[in-house]
Amino acid sequence: MWPFISQMNPDASTIAAGAPIEVDLAPIAEGQDIKVFWRGKPIFVSHRTKKQIDEARAVNVASLPDPQSDQARVKEGHDQWLVVIGICTHLGCIPIAHEGQYDGFFCPCHGSQYDTSGRIRSGPAPTNLPVPPYQFISDTKIQIG
Amino acid sequence: MSGPSDYQPTNPALKWIERRLPILGLMHSSFVAYPTPRNLNYWWTFGAILSMMLALQIITGVVLAMHYTPHVDMAFKSVESIVRDVNYGWLLRNMHAAGASMFFVAVYIHMFRGLYYGSYKEPREVLWILGVIIYLLMMATGFMGYVLPWGQMSFWGATVITNLFSAIPYVGDSIVTLLWGGYSVGNPTLNRFFSLHYLLPFVIAGVVVLHVWALHVAGQNNPAGVEPKTPKDTVPFTPYATMKDAFGISCFLLFFAWFIFYMPNYLGEADNYIPANPGVTPAHIVPEWYYLPFYAILRSIPDKLAGVVAMFGAILILAFLPWLDTAKTRSSKYRPLAKQFFWIFVVVCLLLGWLGGKPAEGVYVIAGRILTFCYFAYFLIVLPLLSRIEKPRPVPNSIADDVLAKTGSKSTPMVSTVIALAIAGALFAGSAPDARAAEGQITPPSEKWSFAGPFGKFDRGAMQRGLQVYKEVCASCHGLSYVAFRNLADPGGPGFSAAQAAAFASEYKVKDGPNDAGDMFERPGRPADYFPSPFPNDQAARAANGGALPPDLSLITKARSYPRGFPMFIVDLFTQFQEQGPNYVSALMQGYEEKPPAGFTLPEGSHYNKYFPGHAIKMPNPLSDGQVSYADGAPATVAQYSKDVTTFLMWAAEPHMEARKRLGMQVFVFLILLTGLLYFTKKKVWADAH
Repeated sequence: MWPFISQMNPDASTIAAGAPIEVDLAPIAEGQDIKVFWRGKPIFVSHRTKKQIDEARAVNVASLPDPQSDQARVKEGHDQWLVVIGICTHLGCIPIAHEGQYDGFFCPCHGSQYDTSGRIRSGPAPTNLPVPPYQFISDTKIQIG
Repeated sequence: MSGPSDYQPTNPALKWIERRLPILGLMHSSFVAYPTPRNLNYWWTFGAILSMMLALQIITGVVLAMHYTPHVDMAFKSVESIVRDVNYGWLLRNMHAAGASMFFVAVYIHMFRGLYYGSYKEPREVLWILGVIIYLLMMATGFMGYVLPWGQMSFWGATVITNLFSAIPYVGDSIVTLLWGGYSVGNPTLNRFFSLHYLLPFVIAGVVVLHVWALHVAGQNNPAGVEPKTPKDTVPFTPYATMKDAFGISCFLLFFAWFIFYMPNYLGEADNYIPANPGVTPAHIVPEWYYLPFYAILRSIPDKLAGVVAMFGAILILAFLPWLDTAKTRSSKYRPLAKQFFWIFVVVCLLLGWLGGKPAEGVYVIAGRILTFCYFAYFLIVLPLLSRIEKPRPVPNSIADDVLAKTGSKSTPMVSTVIALAIAGALFAGSAPDARAAEGQITPPSEKWSFAGPFGKFDRGAMQRGLQVYKEVCASCHGLSYVAFRNLADPGGPGFSAAQAAAFASEYKVKDGPNDAGDMFERPGRPADYFPSPFPNDQAARAANGGALPPDLSLITKARSYPRGFPMFIVDLFTQFQEQGPNYVSALMQGYEEKPPAGFTLPEGSHYNKYFPGHAIKMPNPLSDGQVSYADGAPATVAQYSKDVTTFLMWAAEPHMEARKRLGMQVFVFLILLTGLLYFTKKKVWADAH
């Protein structure tokens, strides 16, 4: 029985292809963002402006649908970099960056809106955009995965 | 299956078989001698129609599977080559795609019929539950089938629907990974969906056998809802029911053929003619029309898990119907209140379906919640309550009595239906500004196209000129990769000779190889080659065009559309209007304006176009008067260029359109004659039964 269920899970080559990737941050100017693919999922890497960071930190965390502070969603000392998986937590569509009322992400499918920290603010999505596992290798380079 | 058959074959060979396997007797007792209530109306022919549709879907499906490739890189292309290159491939594909919709049309009528006449009541509970299982299997099959062409809607529909399972607490994400066979919808997903899409119809066929078996044990329900008591109440299945079903099937085929031959894309989404792209979500994801009511229920509930539960609950609740509605009277004909609520319920379902196709915002969300409540209230409040408080009218003593009383009263106008329809009408009217209009798309003007309508043909001159415009202007950025040079000489095409097509091909340089030395080389094009694309890959195309990808034009006239709104989309069904794509493409060519209107800020590197959604288009105005010089003296104007190139591209998107319309006419003549003959045969057969 188990082999018949287990065979449905990702196979060895798929898992191997899902190994960590490195992203160079140097070419991303302030206010810009890029989309990279990791494990078939789009990852948004945003270089946030001072205004965007302030907006994200000015919110009363307790009032959010999925309370999480902006500090907890970025790496300390690299506050301007936001790295999130660009898949709406509702039903998996790809949100559009720099849209919606919160200057963050807007999902065109069912209207979920995320703020500049990728946190859900309104719409049917239950949770914030997840932060993938990543670390800074140098000041201008991250490893995702 | 009404007890042991008294059928005795006379042929010795058949006798020999019958003694060993009494299959002929089984057939005889089930489909010949089987007593069927004599008062069945035409709503009862949908059982036979559904059997026919299942058989047709399996046959066309098996044949299509012989030409289809379930791989993410090839699936879209293989569907296109079925439609373009396989003999009658376009017909088989249209039959299978429209057939799925027709299957659901028939099953919904079949279900509403069961609901109205109380066909789920004792002793037919198991029969009804088997039906609900078939319906669930059909939904799974239909969904997986829609994924196979691997267009944008296929991909994103698959993403949204598989993500429904992530709502399950704790194990949701693992289940979704298990369904995908990867970290997102991808090649393993497509492969397993293809495997299951092939398997499930046979499972359905198996459950249908059980369904028919249960039917033949309990016997058919009938409009009066009283069981047959004497032989006077029934007629033998053959010839009575057989002839009536044959006539019903023939009428249904006429309806079906309308879609196959004249409106093949009416029930589909234009976005599915864009190959799947995991990086771009279409602005407006909608499932196939037959899931829309459930999709509306899903979206109307603000909580993710509750939404998914409500959606599945909306289907599963049907299985409990026999115990929710405990009224003794079966047929709603004799239940004055139940009858009215039934029609309100039908309207609620239709409105939910309509809402499912609308964006989830503003007034639609509120309407969705109200209607979702109405949907569940019908099953959980109205039906249980009615069975306790309603005073039914007396039912006839027997079916024979019911038949004799037929000529009596016509039912009084149903006030509630009128009110419900009025509300529905008001809602429709209030919805005029559609989502895409809000996104800043202006509806293009409807032009006159030679290829429109049931007798439409391409204008050969316009196609040849359009090819010239494509070659001299569009081709510098846009590919035409599904069209081969040989197609230029195909019947129904631009009317070149084979020699002309070969000469045209030889003007192109085509990359080939490797040769004996292992090097790639260039050679002149041959008729079998496809139009070469201007860029080696999408990245190069983006880099050369300011980040925007010039789309391939092979399918552009089918991949672009705009909403027609209510009531036009219903009118279109009768007028066979399906030229949204050509109207849009032609309008776009002519929609450039030098100066954007005041208050509109144009992003750098973009150009203002009236008809482009959002108005900021990266493509600079491609056409100007006099740019292309025609040899045949046609006016060298932008309007003429647009019209010509659109005509050419419409042919490129559907090279067999003329064959489709021609065969359609022949099929219609045949079906109309057949239906007429069947009608008179049926009348003759039933003459002594009425």
